[in-house]
Amino acid sequence: MKIAIASKGNSLDSLLDMNFGRCECFIIYDTENKEVEVLSNPNKDALEAAGTTSVQLMAARSVSKIVAGEFGMKIKPLLDSLRIQMIVFNKPETSVRKLISMLNH
Amino acid sequence: MSPRNTTLRKVVNPPQIKGFKPYGAENSKLNSEPVILLLEEYEALRLCDYDHCNQLEASVLMGVSRPTFTRVYASALRKIAKAFVEARVISIKGGRVYFDSDWFHCRSCGCFFNNPDKEQTIANCPLCCSDEISGYDYACG
Repeated sequence: MKIAIASKGNSLDSLLDMNFGRCECFIIYDTENKEVEVLSNPNKDALEAAGTTSVQLMAARSVSKIVAGEFGMKIKPLLDSLRIQMIVFNKPETSVRKLISMLNH
Repeated sequence: MSPRNTTLRKVVNPPQIKGFKPYGAENSKLNSEPVILLLEEYEALRLCDYDHCNQLEASVLMGVSRPTFTRVYASALRKIAKAFVEARVISIKGGRVYFDSDWFHCRSCGCFFNNPDKEQTIANCPLCCSDEISGYDYACG
């Protein structure tokens, strides 16, 4: 299962981004082989539809869960229909490494 | 000018089945072309005639205006009548819909998450695996 984390940078020590659509990077963690893929977000400076394009990017990589600080209003129904789980984690000081260790439980 | 996009309609309970088939046709050959009942039309019918909502309540539940709801509902009735009279298969699929999901709050790590799959119940937090979760209504919170 793949879990995407919205991140402020491209390393595991980067912090969780509070914004899904315009985050700096997506860090995609695969729970089966414990692999991490870093994907810089092409939509971070987009004028409009940053969220929806990011959702398409995630769906193309068959991500089943997304962790971010907040999701925009347009994204919620879209992810619902794609059956992708949203995890809203409202602690900006959390690093991606910490989140991955939490996900490993 | 291109027409305005239709708004996404909210579907709370998707149908358990994919459609209906008529049986016992006199001339033993069914009308081959199926009637396609859209998911929003199924939902409109369910809200009105199964849950006994009035059209205003049902329109709020589906996130559309009351006149739009009436149009969707009327189209559902017309399609079902057509299938009954002409002995056609009803296939329930498609439409501009999204599936609304329930939200939960984890008291252990403080995260919020939704359950996109209605068939599965959630017992543990997807992030920290704690079972101290409770339902959460994000419309009110």
